[in-house]
Amino acid sequence: MKRKISRAKILKRTRITLFFIWALMFAFIFIMPTLFTFTNSFMSETELTSTYGAVLGNVSGGSSYMSESVKLKLIPDMVSFRQYFTVLFQSPEYLLKFWNSMILTLPIVAGQVCLAALSSYGFYRYRGKVKNVIFFAYIVIMLMPYQVTLVPNFLVSDMLGIIGTRWAVILPGLFAPLSVFILTKSMRRIPVAAVEAARLDGAGEFKIFRKICLPMCKNALYSVVILTFIDNWNMVEQVLILLDNPELQPLSVFLSEINTGEVGVAFAVATIYMIPPILLFLHGEESLVEGITYQGSVKG
Amino acid sequence: MKKRDLKKIGQRAYSWLYILPGLIGVSVFYVLPFGFVIYYSLIDNISTRNFVGLDNFKALFQNSAFLTASKNTLTFSLVTVFSAVIFSLILAVILDSKIPGKSKFRTMFLSPLMVPTASIILIWQVMFSFNGSFNSFIELFGLEPVDWMKSEYSQIVVALLFLWKNLGYNMILFMAALSNIPKDQVEAAEVDGANALQRFFKIKLRYISPSLFFVLLLSLINSFKIFREVYLLTGQWPYETLYFLQHFMNNTFKNLDYPRLSAAAIVMSLFIIVIIGIIFILEDKFGKDVEE
Repeated sequence: MKRKISRAKILKRTRITLFFIWALMFAFIFIMPTLFTFTNSFMSETELTSTYGAVLGNVSGGSSYMSESVKLKLIPDMVSFRQYFTVLFQSPEYLLKFWNSMILTLPIVAGQVCLAALSSYGFYRYRGKVKNVIFFAYIVIMLMPYQVTLVPNFLVSDMLGIIGTRWAVILPGLFAPLSVFILTKSMRRIPVAAVEAARLDGAGEFKIFRKICLPMCKNALYSVVILTFIDNWNMVEQVLILLDNPELQPLSVFLSEINTGEVGVAFAVATIYMIPPILLFLHGEESLVEGITYQGSVKG
Repeated sequence: MKKRDLKKIGQRAYSWLYILPGLIGVSVFYVLPFGFVIYYSLIDNISTRNFVGLDNFKALFQNSAFLTASKNTLTFSLVTVFSAVIFSLILAVILDSKIPGKSKFRTMFLSPLMVPTASIILIWQVMFSFNGSFNSFIELFGLEPVDWMKSEYSQIVVALLFLWKNLGYNMILFMAALSNIPKDQVEAAEVDGANALQRFFKIKLRYISPSLFFVLLLSLINSFKIFREVYLLTGQWPYETLYFLQHFMNNTFKNLDYPRLSAAAIVMSLFIIVIIGIIFILEDKFGKDVEE
């Protein structure tokens, strides 16, 4: 009997050790690209060109078929801040694109979350057939890829005459239904007793919304902020079709051009670009996880 | 009694006020213009506006660009969806065990979700170009180097980027499902002598099936959105196997070919609605006996 227990224990330990090794391997793969981008941003232009020149930076001449092989290098030979200086103080176009990203993303995040909070409260209170149908329609719209949704977006923006302005990207973005889905699901977890008690105390609907529902969905709200931020910070499809003015385009689209043109600063710009979402993530990871969890299943 | 009923109706009506602002926006930007989409799909062009029935749809299904794009998108989806489900489930199971440093691992697995794709494509380009790191690596095993982005393997490179980015999100969904499995049932099965695999397939899988279907649906939809990564990696004109539906739509937008654009949008939305329907039916069948 005793031997059997210890054998089970050994088995369990081996399993955990194996799992741990797997986890380490996955962890390495998962952080590697981010880590390399970060460390490589401290390489000087000369070092970058000599390290990656054969792959990046030369569109002409077919030199990418040169026989020398290019390896990713984690640690720069010499740490240089020169490229950050160039990006931040000498070439306004990068900062301008960064600003473009901000001015598209922030209004969408703020607007979408406020509208979604209101809508979700509406969906949460007094559920009926019509509301359920509308909520289901929201789920279907949420699941439609840009290939589909951009067509109606484009037609309306065309009628309103806002194609090529920031509004063409911001306005449809305000009403993307993902936030409504997550927030409604999280409100449905609020105990009915809490709302009923407030009602018996004479609180009106708006007070219940503000004083009970919003505070109880704090984590879901934060996670929706993070998710909409990263989704729009990353935007490409909408911009290509609705905002073809290069001067107004965000950094997400512009980065792919820098990558082929100016290897020297590309890693530095890429690093600056990932700072805002990473900070948000590190600060709100718990809320983000909770918010994702609320989605649970497709069913309303 | 009557007064109370009236009050209730008033409250119900009032709750609609909260939905209204969002509903108006969704209608204006997403739903109502779909009426135009249907109309445009049935006419020959926007200047003469002759009614042509289903001709645009017939033309679409004979359009080689559309067919290539559909085929590429579907093969890509098929491969990535299944790997996304399997690998994220593996990650969730790993984190569900008692390994040390669990929360650190979760942070690392989830972090790609928050890294803008545009920031890390340089690394992908260095790894998968003809004389890049990955080729040096496979040469160690005596394999021939491949120009990954310009070969039939290019979809694999993009699939890796897709998995890298999406596994963390799915993993979180699975982790939540795994933690909801009633422990006593698992233990009872253990006492009855069920091994780990039996326990997983007979008990755990049933409890995570709602999440499983959600992840399936989510990954499928996300795989339709792969254009972003491809555009950032290769620009507007990728290798043929990387020509996806969004590329087709972009080109159609450029020509302002409204009828074709509309027909394509309708075909794709119908396809997605059918898939959502299938997933719903499956979820009903499998999830019924475990609903709380």
